[in-house]
Amino acid sequence: MSHISAQESEAGVGADIPSRIPAGNPRAQVLREFWYYFSRNKGAVLGLFVFLLVVLVALFAPLIAPHNPLVPAGAIQLPPAWWERGNPSFLLGTDDIGRDILSRLIFGARYSLFIGLVVVTLSVSVGITLGLIAGYVRGWLDIVIMRVMDVILAVPSLLLALALVAILGPSLVNVMIAIALTLQPHFVRLTRAAVLAEKERDYVTAARVVGAGPLRLMVVTILPNCLGPLIVQATLSFSNAILDAAALGFLGMGAQPPTPEWGTMLAGAREFISSAPWIVTYPGLAILITVLAINLVGDGLRDALDPKLKRS
Amino acid sequence: MLRFFLSRVAVLVPTFLGVALIAFAFVRLLPGDTITIIGGERGVSPERRAALEAALGLDRPYIVQFGDYVFSVLRGDFGVSTSTYRPVLQEFLTLFPATIELSVVAILLAVAIGIPAGIFAALKRGTWIDQGIMGTALVGYSMPIFWWAVLLIIFFSGYLQWTPVSGRISLMYFFPPVTGFMLIDSLLSGQAGAFRSALSHLILPAIVLATIPLAVIARQTRSAMLEVLGEDYVRTARAKGLGPRRVVGVHALRNALIPVVTTIGLQVGVLLTGAILTETIFSWPGIGKWLIDAVGRRDYPSVQGGILLIAIVVMAVNLVVDLLYGLINPRVRAR
Repeated sequence: MSHISAQESEAGVGADIPSRIPAGNPRAQVLREFWYYFSRNKGAVLGLFVFLLVVLVALFAPLIAPHNPLVPAGAIQLPPAWWERGNPSFLLGTDDIGRDILSRLIFGARYSLFIGLVVVTLSVSVGITLGLIAGYVRGWLDIVIMRVMDVILAVPSLLLALALVAILGPSLVNVMIAIALTLQPHFVRLTRAAVLAEKERDYVTAARVVGAGPLRLMVVTILPNCLGPLIVQATLSFSNAILDAAALGFLGMGAQPPTPEWGTMLAGAREFISSAPWIVTYPGLAILITVLAINLVGDGLRDALDPKLKRS
Repeated sequence: MLRFFLSRVAVLVPTFLGVALIAFAFVRLLPGDTITIIGGERGVSPERRAALEAALGLDRPYIVQFGDYVFSVLRGDFGVSTSTYRPVLQEFLTLFPATIELSVVAILLAVAIGIPAGIFAALKRGTWIDQGIMGTALVGYSMPIFWWAVLLIIFFSGYLQWTPVSGRISLMYFFPPVTGFMLIDSLLSGQAGAFRSALSHLILPAIVLATIPLAVIARQTRSAMLEVLGEDYVRTARAKGLGPRRVVGVHALRNALIPVVTTIGLQVGVLLTGAILTETIFSWPGIGKWLIDAVGRRDYPSVQGGILLIAIVVMAVNLVVDLLYGLINPRVRAR
């Protein structure tokens, strides 16, 4: 991917010829090449399939869910349908106050995906901006930014998030801010390293000679050639955000009951470990399946976007 | 080597100051200031407030207060817990051995299983064995460990009744702590069954805490091994007619382990994060559970000191790993 974009820029040097794009859309070709490598990884395709399924469930939650996730609908602590005394209209049973577990899980998908999306968007945009500035401008600004990132990385992420939530108060929004803050140093480091490597390349010098300003050099010329590792890191951050938010929910510091967030559901269910194990089992399984699917996709992306692995 | 050492230590100074600043700012950013908390429900008159602020030094500029904080931390004064009224450092040091014991056993488990699994997967590359090991590793890597802990409790403590659910040792054993590590102390005490009891308390939390590092180490070992197996010197060793055991065990493994050592070092932060969750679930009396309890009790001096102390531990371990890396890989030193 990177060499194609690089050629594209080089071809554009000093030439205001609009027809420099060769026959066939190069973007489509890049995508086709990417899909070729990605689809060779069976696990990644399976992960993508499961992930899309979770996305669909989240989008259409009100249509799919058989019951209201917040209102008790049946007998309390009803076991899953295939157990003794199970009720087929409550497929995965009911929780300690009689809410349908399946419906809560379906709505919970919305929270987890939303958390992942917001956290990744926040940490990617802030991280890339800081990384571009640090790598491009260098000097004292670079030193300050990188030292601050070192500080954030020195405190274990969950601990930092806990401290932030203690200051801001436990809520879903604060959890997302806290997790985004702990995840973005990785993007800063990756972007800065990539910018440092790309900055001295001929195509960047050429673009500068032609008269591109610093902003254009940073965002249009350099950034597209650093995207590979950033995309992989974004995928990993997505699953990490879901796990961390669930962990905070489990500790009572995240989304507050009766929100059907998966981690929060687990927190409330701890006392029923022996009497009603299904209340504890399914929310965790939902987290595991979602995170596993995203990590499978991440592995596939890494294989498809890493030029070193392509040749082997 | 001395220059390398000093340069690495020098980098830590601004990081330490930064973490100290976070810890310092933490208490000041919390809703409700110290004076209001002291005053309680009755409130504080303006005169009394001014007197208290002067007595506690809160009327001075922030930069002076921060300098003061850094110096008292350097002297080992991390404040006093508002729930036990004991010095925070003393509380931390009393509980830290429990966390170290749990973490050490967990990392030993992770290394003892993860490295052989990674090597094995690399040697069987592309077969169902490789896919099975790597699939399991990815599941471990994706595991919400707080849920994993609950599952293990349901099965081993609830259904099979093999292991206890919480604590470090059964209440029927009592002996003075010598090292603070229950496994060693129980052996030293000479009481029959004490070691067994300590081990059965430790095993489930250790497995839970080991899960993610194990998966990371197995994946890293496999990819490092695959990279090394493709190198020319390995081909040379093979061409010389050396047996596969010698090629893999001596030539390949030694070089493959260099990045793995770094990975193991980087797991310390992961371990301490995991310890917070694991200790809470298993009521393991370590610093993770202590911190969560402190947050719940609004014992902010403890939270503040705990954050700083844990960050210092992480920085110290990373420094040691960095130096070790310099020792085994001379190229790093030359930079």
